[in-house]
Amino acid sequence: MSSTLKDTILKQKMVLIALFIFLLSLLSLFIVQNVVLFALFLVVFIILLLRHLIHVTRKLYNLLGTRIMMIITVSMIFLFFLLLLTLLQGSFQIINDQSLAELIFSSNWKPFSGHFGLFAVIIDTLIVTAVSMVIAVPISLLTAIYITEYAPKKFRQMIRPFIDVLAGVPSVVFGLCALLVLVPIVRDSIAPLFGVSTSSGFGLFTASLILSIMVFPIIISLCVESFSSVPLALKEASLSLGSTKWETVKKVLFRASGPGILAAIFLGFGRAFGETIAVSMVVGNQELIPSTLFGPGQTLASLIASNYTEVSSIPILASALIFVALLLFIVVLIFNLLGFLVLRRASKRWKY
Amino acid sequence: MIASVLIVIGSLFFIVLVVVLNGASSLSLEIFTQTSEGGFYLGKGGGFLNAIVGSLLLAFPATGIAFLVGIVIALYLQRDFLHPGIAQFIRLCLDILWGIPSIVYGVFCLTIMIAIGMGGGSVFFGIVALTLLEIPIITRSIDESIKMVPLGLKESAYSLGSTKYETSIKVVRKQAMPGIIAGILLGFGRGIGDAASILLTVGDSNYFPTSLFDQTAALPTMILNLASMPDHIVQRKAYAVAFVLLIIVLLISIITRYLTKKSSKYIIK
Repeated sequence: MSSTLKDTILKQKMVLIALFIFLLSLLSLFIVQNVVLFALFLVVFIILLLRHLIHVTRKLYNLLGTRIMMIITVSMIFLFFLLLLTLLQGSFQIINDQSLAELIFSSNWKPFSGHFGLFAVIIDTLIVTAVSMVIAVPISLLTAIYITEYAPKKFRQMIRPFIDVLAGVPSVVFGLCALLVLVPIVRDSIAPLFGVSTSSGFGLFTASLILSIMVFPIIISLCVESFSSVPLALKEASLSLGSTKWETVKKVLFRASGPGILAAIFLGFGRAFGETIAVSMVVGNQELIPSTLFGPGQTLASLIASNYTEVSSIPILASALIFVALLLFIVVLIFNLLGFLVLRRASKRWKY
Repeated sequence: MIASVLIVIGSLFFIVLVVVLNGASSLSLEIFTQTSEGGFYLGKGGGFLNAIVGSLLLAFPATGIAFLVGIVIALYLQRDFLHPGIAQFIRLCLDILWGIPSIVYGVFCLTIMIAIGMGGGSVFFGIVALTLLEIPIITRSIDESIKMVPLGLKESAYSLGSTKYETSIKVVRKQAMPGIIAGILLGFGRGIGDAASILLTVGDSNYFPTSLFDQTAALPTMILNLASMPDHIVQRKAYAVAFVLLIIVLLISIITRYLTKKSSKYIIK
């Protein structure tokens, strides 16, 4: 520490000397009016300055670079709060206009006559998300187990990139397939199977179906990752105690990668909850609670997508949609915080 | 168990197959050479070159900006610069931002657009929305790969007298290159395929955008527009657009594989 301090003081002295010589050179130019002397002093000054700079430049770069990195990182957090504040501020108008209770607990959504009840939409969103998770979670878990534990190596190597690619397929492509293929299937065969003959095919069930397909790759790839990070010794210990492979999977693999599975489910939930385009293409876009799963409904995210065009004609609608976006934000925020807390608790308990 | 594997693979294959078969049959040369001005939405001829150009014009700048911001944040989040607790908090923020539905970014940009009186949409706000969408994705995936950089490498850089800045920019960045490339392309793939944020911010147009504040068409929104047309022949054109989008996504993943393999040759294990 003291040596660096000495260094800095020394350097400061060097700078002072350099400045003094620069002053001398100026003096020699203007007062003594001797060009040769001026040139001599100037050369000495420049040499001193360069020597000093070589010392300093790297530190300067370090200082500047670190500061710039810090500023960008801080502005990122700032952006996070800016997003939240903008949404809050934008939805003030609607909260002042109608009470919060009316917004959330009335299911009367008529933008043209100034009613913005979101209850039906919220319930529809919950139904769609829940049904899609009920379909997706068991199937993806079983698939992940098969891929990591049972599948031959060749199959495993083939399936991983396939699932990774599918995780990147844009949601609008899924939506298109749902619209042109899934809707007729639901209308003609699945809905009559459950005794609903009047379904148009556009409805909550179709939306949940396409959502569960969209969520498959996410949950599977995350689960496969956490399954394959379970140490081999654990599984071997279980097998050597005489348990069968399925018992090992159930009692060792599941427990050891419990937090990972939870994280995967949370992430899948978030994707299903906020998915906009694919849902809005098939959900039917009617703000009511349907009597059956096959009836048309509306989710929070698709509500924004199907109503934003009227924003310019009804000013308060913009505020209502911002409020919906705020709801989405807050739910995702809560779920992420929950996931974070659960994971932290779990990683303390699940030690192996 | 095998049944569930079959369900997953079957359903996913089915979707890809539907798009590829229907899309490939409705492809033609004029789709790639003409804009949609000649009544493309009405069942007449024309192509969607303007949507392809529009999508690339949105996704490339957005990915570029998001990469520059993302790599800086990811480098700064490491233990060398920041207290681990604070870094954990920022990571949580980024994870939340990653999880937010993309339509929220669209609404955010729409709010700003309404506030400054620029309705209708423009390329600029599309880029802003996509950048916001991509920053958390790129940052977090780069961050994960930087975490894997062995401590010994950093320590040897420090012991040779390099500063923190030099170590992170020159040593850590090079070592994490495969992860960085993967992160960029992941962000690009999300950006080019995302419809919800673009839907609210770029508007629509049948021509090429000529300035930053023009409206523009993009592939995802074009699929949406085509699919909502009542005419079935026009609806089927959406398959062609979806096919192009799928090809782009596939190309991105192939490029990722190639580049990560190529760049991981030079890293120190």
